Amino acid sequence: MSETIRRRNADTKMVPVPSQSIIPERDLDKMPVLECKHLGIEFGGLKAVEDFNLTIGKTEIAGLIGPNGAGKTTVFNLLTKVYEPTRGSVMINGIDMHGMDTVAASKHGIARTFQNIRLFSNMSVEDNVRIGLHNQVKYGMFSGILRLPAFWKKERQQHEKAMELLSIFGMQDMGDVPAGSLPYGAQRRLEIVRALATNPSLLLLDEPAAGMNPHETQELMDNIIKIRDKFQIAVMLIEHDMNLVMGICEGICVLNYGKIIAKGTADEIQSNPVVIEAYLGKQKEAGKNAAPAPETEDPGKEAAQA
Amino acid sequence: MNARTKKLIYNSVTFGIVILAFVLCNMFYGDMSRSLRGQLIPICCWIVMAVSLNLVVGISGELSLGHAGFMSIGAFSGIVVSGWMLHGFQVEDETLRLVIAIVVGGVMAGIFGVLIGIPVLRLRGDYLAIVTLAFGEIIRNVLNCVYASVEGEKLILGFIDPNLPGKMLLNGPNGAVSVGKIATFAAGFILILIALAVVLNLVNSRTGRAIMATRDNRIAAESVGINVTKYKMIAFVTAAVLAGMAGALYGLNYSTLIPGKFKFDQSINVLVFVVLGGIGNTLGSIISATVLTMLPELLREFADYRMLVYAVLLIAMMLITNTPASRAFFNNLKGIFRRKDLEQTVRGSRAAGKGADRNE
Repeated sequence: MSETIRRRNADTKMVPVPSQSIIPERDLDKMPVLECKHLGIEFGGLKAVEDFNLTIGKTEIAGLIGPNGAGKTTVFNLLTKVYEPTRGSVMINGIDMHGMDTVAASKHGIARTFQNIRLFSNMSVEDNVRIGLHNQVKYGMFSGILRLPAFWKKERQQHEKAMELLSIFGMQDMGDVPAGSLPYGAQRRLEIVRALATNPSLLLLDEPAAGMNPHETQELMDNIIKIRDKFQIAVMLIEHDMNLVMGICEGICVLNYGKIIAKGTADEIQSNPVVIEAYLGKQKEAGKNAAPAPETEDPGKEAAQA
Repeated sequence: MNARTKKLIYNSVTFGIVILAFVLCNMFYGDMSRSLRGQLIPICCWIVMAVSLNLVVGISGELSLGHAGFMSIGAFSGIVVSGWMLHGFQVEDETLRLVIAIVVGGVMAGIFGVLIGIPVLRLRGDYLAIVTLAFGEIIRNVLNCVYASVEGEKLILGFIDPNLPGKMLLNGPNGAVSVGKIATFAAGFILILIALAVVLNLVNSRTGRAIMATRDNRIAAESVGINVTKYKMIAFVTAAVLAGMAGALYGLNYSTLIPGKFKFDQSINVLVFVVLGGIGNTLGSIISATVLTMLPELLREFADYRMLVYAVLLIAMMLITNTPASRAFFNNLKGIFRRKDLEQTVRGSRAAGKGADRNE
């Protein structure tokens, strides 16, 4: 199965930075988009995330993987300030995120998609993107009520920007369709477009390929790279589809029981015995009991073949 | 036909129906019965109430049960201001007094909307309904204790103590006395147009989309940088202002008005208009407010059984408009106009999906 992986970012040279992380060499002279130091959160004694250190370069595509319940989505919720960390700090573009709320996190350039799609399903596709543009193309409430010239000008700008963003995924003709009636894959794509509309510097994708067929996944991989190149932003993604993770992620971070167990490039991760153990169990047991748990089947195969 | 054209047609139809109704009412004014004539201004007020409550319930998705509270604030502040102008400054011009009273009524209701909104809009769901319900009752009880009078050019306000010098305007539980009936049907019509323009323009703007986003998915709205409390507040206060304006017009249509008029059941009545007209549907609110305000008058011949018949009719209407058979009928009706449109949409989405939706 490894042959089917098309490594799109294989030529990236990764270099180490102080916080035990690696970032692409091209981002070295730029401010890292995200720096987590000793980040942690406890839910009544349960350490959901512990001592999470990670640096992401300005234009890096980073992967966050791990078995189910490892705390991947919790990390996203910490970064978008859904939860306030009980320990450690997060810096976005060099600004400490302490005390920010979700809205402030969005304004400072963190955008995300959700594992279970959260679109405004009664509204049209275009309106969904326009809501994403909320803080980008602004006009006041009274300009809207009184239909002042600012309203017409900014509405036109919103329309043009929305169409431009939708055209990334070839969805510009679907602007009037209610978002809820889109096919599943298109809903996932629309969520990415809406996140992009907030003009982020870091795009967090929570299982973007979930429920997609291999053809769609291939297309998504190309599009993620296209987005990174076009907007010059960093992308961090949680994904169980190892084809996608190994294919486009430059730096990969493996989480298990809330702790980082490995960081490195795709090749390093695939040959890391600790990662294989996390996915398959100890080697001794793996030999006796060949069938891996169903939800870790995909990553297991990948890791085992490395 | 795209979404924008559809919205434009919907808005034009809404405005068109209101204007047509106004013209017809004026043309056949002579043929109307006395009781129907007396209903015209209250109908205008209830339409504005329904349209504004629709902004809270339908557009921002919060259940508010205290809308009559804002109406009573508007009504009594409007009456006081109008009386003050008449007795304190000898302003005889009724139109001027009416306009200023409506503006003041709206502003006062808006101020209370902000005060109530700050703590209340942090609550969600049922809690918000409970607190707004309590607010409506508190306002009524407070107004029962408020006295106001004019002496010279001075407005004197008293709380609990009824012994005020000069000309009394508000008399506690006995309500407002000797208020001139200065409300006009034309003013009511203009107020409806203003309410419609505000609500429809607001909904189809950046602010309105943000409000609907907080309704549809709070978490996603926050994640794209929308301040949920702020936009819920905008909807709530805008509705309060409109309710206050409607209240001022309503108050100035009667020679006496007691605070007990704006009880909890009035808030529920407005909610019934909104629900029966279709939540989020402005035109529906207008129609149901009109029909349901007129209905008790038309049922006068049932005498004692009037409210019983009214209740039965309400239930019947809800059931009839919601059965599968009637839904199918309405969908067919819509289908006749929309079939072509739908085909285009489907074709468009197929082309753009590039076969990506194969496994859905």
